Amino acid sequence: MQVFDSGNVAAATSVKLARVQVVAAYPITPQTPLTEKLSQYVDSQVMDAEYVAVESEHSAMAVCIGASSAGARAFTATSSHGLLYMAEQLHWTAGARLPMVMCVVNRAVGAPFSIWNDQQDSISQRDCGWIQLYASDHQEILDTVIKAYRLSERICIPVMVCYDGYYLSHTYMPYRVPEQSAVDAFLPPYTYRHTLGPEKPTSLNTVTLPGGRTDIHGNFAPGYMELRESLDSEMKKAVAIYSEIDAEYLDIAGRGGDPIVQCYLCDDAEYVAVALGSMGRQLHDVADGLREEGIKIGVLSLAMFRPFPADILRAQLSGRKALIVFEKAFSPGQSGALRSELQAALYGEASQPELFNYILGLGGRSYSSVDFRSSIIESIQRKPGETGRCEEIGWIGLGR
Amino acid sequence: MRDKTIQIRWHGRGGQGAITAAKIFAHAAFGADYPGVVMAPSFGTERRGAPVEVSLKISKARINDLCPIENPDVVVVLDDSILRDADVCKGIKPEGLLVINTARGKDVYEGNGKELRLATADVTRLAEEAGLKRGIVNTGIIGALAKALPIVPLQTLLDAIATEFGKARGPANVEAARLSHEHTRME
Repeated sequence: MQVFDSGNVAAATSVKLARVQVVAAYPITPQTPLTEKLSQYVDSQVMDAEYVAVESEHSAMAVCIGASSAGARAFTATSSHGLLYMAEQLHWTAGARLPMVMCVVNRAVGAPFSIWNDQQDSISQRDCGWIQLYASDHQEILDTVIKAYRLSERICIPVMVCYDGYYLSHTYMPYRVPEQSAVDAFLPPYTYRHTLGPEKPTSLNTVTLPGGRTDIHGNFAPGYMELRESLDSEMKKAVAIYSEIDAEYLDIAGRGGDPIVQCYLCDDAEYVAVALGSMGRQLHDVADGLREEGIKIGVLSLAMFRPFPADILRAQLSGRKALIVFEKAFSPGQSGALRSELQAALYGEASQPELFNYILGLGGRSYSSVDFRSSIIESIQRKPGETGRCEEIGWIGLGR
Repeated sequence: MRDKTIQIRWHGRGGQGAITAAKIFAHAAFGADYPGVVMAPSFGTERRGAPVEVSLKISKARINDLCPIENPDVVVVLDDSILRDADVCKGIKPEGLLVINTARGKDVYEGNGKELRLATADVTRLAEEAGLKRGIVNTGIIGALAKALPIVPLQTLLDAIATEFGKARGPANVEAARLSHEHTRME
């Protein structure tokens, strides 16, 4: 079925299709219409779930931790300060290895107060142990949430599905909704391996001493550091596992095939523009225009930021003349996180591209295809060898 | 880059129904062989009565640029009082089309030196004649736009309006659009 609706409604639809059992959320712009829709679904019994109206995002995540520990499929969504207010619980969820999906409707972070879009909220949480996926349109929002549950429940790591506030959350566009029966076949009911319940009381995530210890059977029991190491090594497997899950989804929904990076006009491209979220989609138009002028440019839209798919990026990007990295988030005093990580991934490659970094759209500052175009032209006109230094930022739209 | 996209910017006031009107038009366009349709209200907060904008892009191809419209082909104004509060024709393309609800005819907009095509209809009066409460203009303006920009068949739009408003409110809203369509003048 094809519908014409907002990105927030696409997200709510996917949560319903995933047969989520517990929703705990606190409304915050621009996520609000998503949680409103879910509360309507639950209230009208379109969705058989418990909707817990909490007093804060910290509690929303705490409820989801409890629900997931007790074996229920849990969901929450937030933006900006709501995500940051959850920060302590985000680390806990990942450390406790609880499957869960959360939508982050990307919004700027104060001060000063801003309700508009950028991606500083989710990027600032890149180290909390959650997988981070980015959608570039409504179809991807819907499909990604459903696939994210499969991924999360398979490897017991929580997943953020991030999408741009307003550009996607409040914009209407057409997208396809799969049949419930197809989603049911793809996403079976959730069972957690250590379900918490009164019939089998358990202490979870108790104080763990710095060193490992032997258990009562005399076997080595992993300590804190072993658990951290396994979070890293198992999260890294998510790249391959998510690709397998996507291939299965392609069979049931007819969509997918490039879940980690989406390359457009990249085959013979000397230059590649790289971005997360809805910018990747817009860059297609920009590349079309530059191609007409004979500039060999392609676009790589990154749909997974954690784990960082370094192997795939090296394979796609080594040997290009230059990469132009567009970001809606940055680390003050350094540069965009994506730019830094791309350079790290390419370090040591025989043929490293030049790297140029542009920051745009902070706090909802307007930008257009013309800005992307002029930044790309500015980059490719730099002298060979005059690579952008790692801390160099090109600011788009300052003074506008 | 995307010249074939028709960019329609709607200007109304918070609570006046510009978003609903654009959504109905978008739905109908989507159903009338325009697979690329993107509609977005002005980003941010809205106050009742304050000027609001809605961006509607319509294309035969997928639309990738989700930014608010800066250079519209068409500007739709839900009532002429907004002209005092907003520069509705900002960025409009040469030979662009301005569709406006007004009782004043072509004098309503002097053009600011721009070469525009102007379509007017007294939607406020026509909608009242159709049986709507005074001030409900968002369905009437759809009829005016359909006359000035005939890309979607009128009947498709009337059907979309009937679906949106249902049995109770549908007929008067459909009639408002039909009457406005009939009485729209290209100035």
